[in-house]
Amino acid sequence: MGIINFILNFWVELGDWVAGVLSGWGVPQWGVNLIADIVGVVILLVVGVAAVLIFTPMERKVIGRMQDRPGPNRTPGYGAIQAVADAIKMLTKEDIIPRNADRFLHMLAPLLVAVPALLVYAVLPFGPRLVGQNLNVGILFVVAIGAVHVVAVLIAAWGSNNKYALLSGFRVVNQLLAYEIPMVLCILTVILFTKTMSLQGMVEAQTVPYFVVMPVTGLIFLVAALAEANRSPVDLIEADSEMVAGYIIEYSGMKFAMFFIAEYVNMFAVGILISTLFLGGWKFFGLEDLAPVLTPVIVFAKATFVIFVMLWFRATFPRMRFDHLVGFAWKFLVPLSLVNLFIAALVVKIPVADPVQEPWIHGGVMLLANIVVIIATAIILNRTARRVEGAPALKRIAAVER
Amino acid sequence: MDVPLSWYLLVAAALFCIGLAGALSRRNAIAVLMSVELMLNSVNINLLAFWRHVEVVKATLSGQAFAIIVITVAAAEAAVGLALAIALYRNRRTVDVEDVDLMKL
Amino acid sequence: MTVSQVVFILLSIAALGGALGVVFARNLFRSALALVLSFVGVAGFYVLLEAELLAMIQILVYVGAIAILIIFAIMLSRRLMSSETLPWNEQWVGAVIVAVVLFAALVFVLIRVDWPTAEAQVPPDAISLLGQSLVSPDFYVLPFEVASVLLLVALVGAVIIAREQ
Repeated sequence: MGIINFILNFWVELGDWVAGVLSGWGVPQWGVNLIADIVGVVILLVVGVAAVLIFTPMERKVIGRMQDRPGPNRTPGYGAIQAVADAIKMLTKEDIIPRNADRFLHMLAPLLVAVPALLVYAVLPFGPRLVGQNLNVGILFVVAIGAVHVVAVLIAAWGSNNKYALLSGFRVVNQLLAYEIPMVLCILTVILFTKTMSLQGMVEAQTVPYFVVMPVTGLIFLVAALAEANRSPVDLIEADSEMVAGYIIEYSGMKFAMFFIAEYVNMFAVGILISTLFLGGWKFFGLEDLAPVLTPVIVFAKATFVIFVMLWFRATFPRMRFDHLVGFAWKFLVPLSLVNLFIAALVVKIPVADPVQEPWIHGGVMLLANIVVIIATAIILNRTARRVEGAPALKRIAAVER
Repeated sequence: MDVPLSWYLLVAAALFCIGLAGALSRRNAIAVLMSVELMLNSVNINLLAFWRHVEVVKATLSGQAFAIIVITVAAAEAAVGLALAIALYRNRRTVDVEDVDLMKL
Repeated sequence: MTVSQVVFILLSIAALGGALGVVFARNLFRSALALVLSFVGVAGFYVLLEAELLAMIQILVYVGAIAILIIFAIMLSRRLMSSETLPWNEQWVGAVIVAVVLFAALVFVLIRVDWPTAEAQVPPDAISLLGQSLVSPDFYVLPFEVASVLLLVALVGAVIIAREQ
């Protein structure tokens, strides 16, 4: 039975065994803690960078299949190591710095974009005892890192000494700031239900995945996180028809690759974040109690599903115009998430006699309220659309067809 | 608690004086605003250091509440100050505080 | 020299170095970046003082909003990146003297006073207690509400002042 217990709790038992071996060799307690922390940091870094290696070819193959073409298949293994080929190509390119650009800023910007993206992995929970640092303000840490990303974009735009890079940087910052607000409001709605800001506490509070309890919040958060990660249909960097390559236009070689590494690391972190907040994290209908060794696998599976949905969006939707994009955030998502927040604040205060039934009753009422919100939104949008100037055009089209 | 209170107060005093020197001696209006933000930060460090080391009743979290209010006021002041700087630039094509001297004798 | 003291010294190098960069840098954009470094250093101080929520709020509000406002204002008021004049105005000598005298006076006072210490622990559920103290009528609901009105007024005022005519 001992060996089965060892395998079922593999990650935790492995950590304890290594700590025991080190103490047996005479390493003092602070040394064991230090080595454990360093090993944890290395593991998280490897996970983050492995995400890039896995998701770069996955994205291109998935989008290729959705567009009825094979995707990259020249590298060995049906194109699975495409990311390695990309990295080799980027490393062999010439590193150009524009003549009048500020050298320090030009070199600082890719680092400032890539490093905070990796910092987020420190608070993401991969299991009941597998979390880098269970901060009691974990979710606020994630939002703060997103705020640092905005400054990094501005530095990249300014350090290129290029008017078009600067303009594109302004637009990207505008988009990031506009979509940060619905994101934070949705996080507030989730915090009202979990009553804690730590991500591990949020996973443990979800007896029912919150996407079922509040689908509106989940969808708004998905769209806002897509916009924060600069993914289509709101991507202004990779859009070749807009300002060529946006604020990374003057970057070449590995610095250019750093921006994309940061984007994929960020995308994976967003996937894990959405699965933690809305899909139940490392829980899977009781599997985590039977075999806690599988919790990282559960987390990766859910994050991959979320990323697949993001890639699906990219392959399907056309790109939005910039003023539509920002107007959508300010005029639609912010009021909707505010309404959702007010409803959640009311629902959470419903007095429940039996505390065991509490999540189900609050969750059920919130689900009903969300369905009402969806129907009300659809009706209001319908009425508003009829009053827009396009309505006479629709009537003309209908008249011609008749 | 092994960082004594006087260390925090010294760093806050140094930050305040550097901000004061910047606010009084810089030419650009935006640089003056940046120095004022430094001074507000030093006040926040003072508030929190005193709350952590001296306050007996910690459950009201008075230090943190005050620091949040100070951050709010700093944000409001930065917004209005920078709007003024932009309006000044638009009308006078300069943000130099030496050039804005219409009300001098 | 415990670990906390070493961390404190590193953070104070970051905060004070950033502050010196704000005051002495010729390129205005570099002083904005030095300001961001100073803000991050101060956020580190808040973590050392066991106020983690305030550290995150500091980074969110100061680095994520105020620093961006400042950088935007710098970019919108550049005159083709020319810096013929020195960044200091006519009274910089007096400013430096005042700052040094004030610092000397403060150090003189701070070192001599015997500060009262209280060893009370920071409560573990500090976040919910902070929320309660900010909206409780016995504590700090009045400054909280006034601060929100102030923010609204400042927002409307800033939009009106900076509007294109």
